Amino acid sequence: MSALEVIDLRMTYGAIEAVRGISFTAAKGKVTSLVGPNGAGKTSTLEACTGIRPVSSGRIRVLGSPPGHQSAKVGAMLQSGGLYPSARPLEWLTYLARLYPQSRDPRELLDLVGIDPDTRTTSRRMSGGEQQRVKFAAALLPRPEILFLDEPTAGMDPQARRSLISVIDNMRSAGVAVLLTTHVLADIEELADHVIVLRRGVIERSGTLAELRGEASSLSFEARTGLDLVDLIRGLPEGYTVVEGVSGSYVVDGEPTPGVLAAITGWLAEHNEPIAGIRMGKTSLEDLIVGDES
Amino acid sequence: MRLISAHALWELRLTLRNGEQLLLTLIIPLALLFGVTATGIFASSDTLSRVESAYPVVCMVSLIATCFTSLAIGTGFERRSGALIFLATTPLGRQGLVVGKVIATVLLASMSIALVTVLAVILGWRPSIAALWAIPTLLFAGAAFASWALVIASVFRAEAVLAIANALFLVLVVVGGVGTNMTSLPLEPLVALVPSAALGDALRSSLGAGVAPHWWPLVILVAWAITGFVLARKRFSWQ
Repeated sequence: MSALEVIDLRMTYGAIEAVRGISFTAAKGKVTSLVGPNGAGKTSTLEACTGIRPVSSGRIRVLGSPPGHQSAKVGAMLQSGGLYPSARPLEWLTYLARLYPQSRDPRELLDLVGIDPDTRTTSRRMSGGEQQRVKFAAALLPRPEILFLDEPTAGMDPQARRSLISVIDNMRSAGVAVLLTTHVLADIEELADHVIVLRRGVIERSGTLAELRGEASSLSFEARTGLDLVDLIRGLPEGYTVVEGVSGSYVVDGEPTPGVLAAITGWLAEHNEPIAGIRMGKTSLEDLIVGDES
Repeated sequence: MRLISAHALWELRLTLRNGEQLLLTLIIPLALLFGVTATGIFASSDTLSRVESAYPVVCMVSLIATCFTSLAIGTGFERRSGALIFLATTPLGRQGLVVGKVIATVLLASMSIALVTVLAVILGWRPSIAALWAIPTLLFAGAAFASWALVIASVFRAEAVLAIANALFLVLVVVGGVGTNMTSLPLEPLVALVPSAALGDALRSSLGAGVAPHWWPLVILVAWAITGFVLARKRFSWQ
């Protein structure tokens, strides 16, 4: 059963349509990752799911109810805000614990994320990474059945990041549904069971990492700028095209088979064109996310 | 109710730890009462002593400063810092936040007025039975000012809230009758509808003259409280 259902979601801010009719689900015991360049609509989607932002149109069901109706079972770590600047971590979490019917022990959670529960340091005096850890501890307070995490490892040192990844992994094993947005490719590779690539408010592709990489193989090469592409394409199997992107960088549109590779290298040899580089294989995760934004 | 009381206590705790807030809420009203009584600048009647003239005015100023200006500015900056946004994801909800903030602020104002009352007694003020009317008056007024403070704090950005809340504080205090009687102001019927005018009138009757106030100031304050609460509950935005 899906812990989260998003159907034809649209989010509009004045004349700007940040999210344009996306649909997806997030399953229990799985990490679903929303990825994409800045402005793709990731945070708007996540904030709509937590009930912070009203939905312009479409339908969201969190644990079977509209956003905000099951907040006692929902944990959230937001990208910005979420801490009282003048409060110390333990008193903030102790207060929040009173808002949930079955909250976890604040001291235990602060220990878990590597923050001294007895620290006298207020949130405003903590480093960005420490603030992230306190926010993560707050997200775990309600013993969530679904966890929304917006850029959770931003600003964390490697050790803290490793610890957080481990906790999320444990939550997944315990059956918690996790919706994760991040720019950290390693987070996606280590955690994501299902990846949704958003671009300009629409879902560009979705699937497991292996599926996404499999459906996005490519062949590219670097050579002199201004090659005679019409002649080159004439020598390729039917349906293949070649485009020159950045000056001197060429991408072959079509399945990168050995035959196509041979045809291209043969054409370059025949025309005595030196090759600066050639790459064939699965598209990198970075290319998948950044795509033609780069 | 559990969530509301938890939030009210949280607000109260943070406020009482804030030195500037304590100065504004607890110390300045005491200094104001002492100074005004000593100079006698509000002694408007031969029948009232200096402290009988000053005490109702200081109560009004203290209530408006705490429940309106201070709350609006504090909430505006809390919204800007993102402090409140996480609470939107918890079971507290918008209504819980609004009611919790109003209760905490009214409690804080009550502490301030209790201290002012002790000083007033020391300076010679003696309560009559009519002084009991001040309790519902202050509660309704506190709820009205606090809920409207939240409306303003959630409509404008923090810097604008700072300017608006301070400007309105001056207007409200003047209209409320500091150093003058409401009848000497122009547009008296309209002025009478301003919450600080209703508050000032009711307090001057119950705490100054020692007689029960008219019923209409209380009705006006209740109306402001209800409309403010409904608007705050509906319109309050977390960030």
